[in-house]
Amino acid sequence: MRKSLVFGLFVLGCVLFLAALGATSHVRVSHFLAVSRDLGDITATLKLTDISFSDDARYTRNPSQADIFSAFQDYPGSIEHFPSGSVTPPPDFTSLGAAMKVRGQ
Amino acid sequence: MSLNSHMNVLDFTLLSLLRRKFKNFGIVLVFTLIVFITGSILFLSYSFKREALLILKGSPELIVQRMSAGRQELIPVDRAKEISALPGVSGVEPRYWGYYYDLLVKANYTILASSGSLSAGNRLLQGRLPGPEEKGVAAVGRGVAKARFIDIGSTISLVSSAGDAMDFDVVGIFESDSELLTADLIVLGRPDVIRLFRMPPYMATDLAVTVRNETEAPVIAGKVRSRFPDTRPILRKEIIRTYDAVFGWRSGLILTLFAGALVAFIILAWDKATGLSAEEKKEIGILKAIGWETSDIIEMKFWEGLVISLSSFLLGIILAYVHVYFFGASVFAPALKGWSVIYPDFRLAPFIDPYQIAMLMALTVIPYIASTIIPSWKAAITDPDEVVRG
Repeated sequence: MRKSLVFGLFVLGCVLFLAALGATSHVRVSHFLAVSRDLGDITATLKLTDISFSDDARYTRNPSQADIFSAFQDYPGSIEHFPSGSVTPPPDFTSLGAAMKVRGQ
Repeated sequence: MSLNSHMNVLDFTLLSLLRRKFKNFGIVLVFTLIVFITGSILFLSYSFKREALLILKGSPELIVQRMSAGRQELIPVDRAKEISALPGVSGVEPRYWGYYYDLLVKANYTILASSGSLSAGNRLLQGRLPGPEEKGVAAVGRGVAKARFIDIGSTISLVSSAGDAMDFDVVGIFESDSELLTADLIVLGRPDVIRLFRMPPYMATDLAVTVRNETEAPVIAGKVRSRFPDTRPILRKEIIRTYDAVFGWRSGLILTLFAGALVAFIILAWDKATGLSAEEKKEIGILKAIGWETSDIIEMKFWEGLVISLSSFLLGIILAYVHVYFFGASVFAPALKGWSVIYPDFRLAPFIDPYQIAMLMALTVIPYIASTIIPSWKAAITDPDEVVRG
């Protein structure tokens, strides 16, 4: 088979695969839009202001409530006052056997 | 030129690329990695942003918090009366909420007082929410339920600020589809939140203000601020804007990762653009000597650039899609989770912005083709004898 034909088939295969992904994304987005009405109901009823994106700091759990204006406050994207924060890794959570096992399921 | 002659040039180009397969596969690998990282960031940030905006549409129009010595403090509930008397305000409701660190699983929870019940058809809560004045019951997020091995009918025990153990019967668990909103939530009745945090009487965490016309919210916020100078009003627009910035192009993690990928790509393109290898120059010289036109050589180099950049782009974008939407962005997840013990599974809805994909393609494929063609054109217009001799 000609090399150019192989390349053409490869490009066509990739484009068809992307089209199939596009079709599945349409289905998944429709599902989310249906669910988002219920999510909006939870937000309105409980008067929530933030998504539970990451709860390792107050300013990541509630970015909209971060005290951007006041001195020595932390907020998303802030430049750290002390360099230690950039080089301090998270603690080893593996000792939390049970909790981490649940997460691994 | 006929289609067949174009295919002949493409055949020749592919054979020429295969002759230097290690070098070219290396370039495709690096190029694919760059598109994969950049594409993953674009998919992830855009989906987060769209989901956050849709979810937070129902947030309160205005939140009023009290500040003291540069920190947020509890706010007297009686201020609600004065604020509700302002023109345009349709209601003010105190919010009782706070964070709770659970020593048992070393996780942070968000404790919130219930302020009503969900709509009857809501499918995202198994069971029910506690009533606003109900005592001894709780509804918990899926993350909390997993970490504490609890189900409906189980008991969850929390330690109050006074040191007392408080037991709550679990009457509701949020479904996993709502994890992005509720993973770490524990919803209790108002008296229990007040007792758990030992809040002074007639104080709340903040006030949620409902306004009749949202366009008037900034004016109302200004009035609240002038009536109570120690307060900080947060508008829903600001909340939405925060999420726009957090997941936007110019934000922390996104910028850091994208800047690294961009620099790597610029180095790659620069290396290609600054000159051809001696072997490539010799090849061009020989082709010219055997009768190839300059336009044929430029076409060959165009195909070369297109084969490498288009293949890398297609592979990179497919891998990025699969990584973000089928594997929950597992490469970035550790950075996003950080120190969190309870975190949502990133099962994001694949919102795709075609403009971003087109931009990514324009920023990677076109410059690469250009950087391949320009040095070849320079070599092709030089005398073949000079090129072959170097």
